[in-house]
Amino acid sequence: MKYPDDLRYTKDHEWARNENGIVTVGITDFAQDQLGDIVYIELPNVGDPVQKGHAFGVVESVKAVSDLYSPISGEVVKINQTLKDSPEMLNQDPYDAGWMIHVKMNENETLNDLMDASMYQKFCEES
Amino acid sequence: MNQTPLHQDHLNLNAKMVDFGGWHMPVQYTSIIDEHLNTRKNIGLFDVSHMGEIEIHGPDALKFVQKIVTQDVSKSQPGHQAQYSVMCTPTGGIVDDILIYKLTEDHFLLCVNASNIEKDFAWILENKKNENVKIENTSSAYVQIAVQGPKAKDLISKLTPFDLSKIQTYRYVQEKLLDIPMIISRTGYTGEDGFELYLPADKGHVVWQTLLERGKTDGITPCGLGARDTLRLEACFPLYGHEIDEKTTPLEAGLNWVVKLDKENFIGKEALLQQKEMGLTKKLIAFELLEKGIPRQGYPLRSSQNELIGTVTSGTLSPVFMKGIGLGVVKLGGECHPRECECHPRESGDLLTVEIRNRYIKAKVVKPPFYRKKKERI
Repeated sequence: MKYPDDLRYTKDHEWARNENGIVTVGITDFAQDQLGDIVYIELPNVGDPVQKGHAFGVVESVKAVSDLYSPISGEVVKINQTLKDSPEMLNQDPYDAGWMIHVKMNENETLNDLMDASMYQKFCEES
Repeated sequence: MNQTPLHQDHLNLNAKMVDFGGWHMPVQYTSIIDEHLNTRKNIGLFDVSHMGEIEIHGPDALKFVQKIVTQDVSKSQPGHQAQYSVMCTPTGGIVDDILIYKLTEDHFLLCVNASNIEKDFAWILENKKNENVKIENTSSAYVQIAVQGPKAKDLISKLTPFDLSKIQTYRYVQEKLLDIPMIISRTGYTGEDGFELYLPADKGHVVWQTLLERGKTDGITPCGLGARDTLRLEACFPLYGHEIDEKTTPLEAGLNWVVKLDKENFIGKEALLQQKEMGLTKKLIAFELLEKGIPRQGYPLRSSQNELIGTVTSGTLSPVFMKGIGLGVVKLGGECHPRECECHPRESGDLLTVEIRNRYIKAKVVKPPFYRKKKERI
């Protein structure tokens, strides 16, 4: 199981990477492993607002439907279009090719309260 | 939580384990899709020991089983047919769907659903009345292993001297496999050719391991409950708690062929006769999505005029067809007569919509099953 050091993590198993106020969001290696074969994804549109801790999309494996929760509040500025036709990317490469959305985060927002890699790893191992 | 005798084998294979109706069972070993496709192409190996066995023996066994099931078990020879049937309540609702093995003229084995073992056992005892029969829940005495797929016969034939071409689909024998006496039944829940083996619980490990080892050259993979569910859905087999329950009659579920209304008397007969006379008010349909999306149990079904007409009972993404497929129950106007319906909806080809998270996804009624195996391999 991979837990890259340069990311921040939520208890809902999303990861976030901040680059100059633009946050890339995806689901973690742990999440994709738990879900199994991911076969369908629903993402918001560019321009949609997202709110920290609220659902921004849906991911479906063969077995189950799961909501995606935003790690940050802001506005969607880009979505990963290739996931629509290739949701299996989320299983194969959750931290890179499987990124989901770019969010321009609101002023005063920060990722500081999210878990770092070692905390998140501990969180997963205990769950 | 209950564990099957093969529990440690699943852990050793790094299976992902889940709680399934009180049983700690493998949902997948590697990937549901891979396991599903491999069962269609080669062989899938399933631990289905959570299924229950209830045995009925004694002088009145035949008479008693005739009373509690909808099938006619009087005509089959012992050691011959594995008869699919249901047990009904007096109002015709389905208590459970079962496989009946007539071991001798006065000894029957019923294979029942894991989640219904206690209920079924109590139900059968309750209806025993004055019949001279002994009823036993022997579930823990058996390991049940399903070997499914186009190459299943090749593998099983390596392990038994018995000529498997003598067992056709829905037939069984009591013979030795790996020198262990067992029930070898040409049945399954996948829509493929295959076998279900009922063997003594303490022999489960060695049989499971040997099947995995000897099946390697035929591409065997262990499969979890995830693939079992998607396989049965492509084959349109009902699942208790989804398509069938005590509020659904076998006529509504399209199981007319297991209901022998000309049989002398059985529990639920009057109600089913009456329903047949009056016509159905709901029935089961199979549908496929024409747009992206995955139907799930509980999602609303709507007519193309947007009227609420029913509910999805089971749905998935079909690993073979890579589109959303499902079964659902829809209301009927009362004009629909089961004789004309059978299990194939007359409305095959009709359009409907599935409501998925407030969006209406186009779908089409299809004639079941979604998947039919290529050719018989007797």
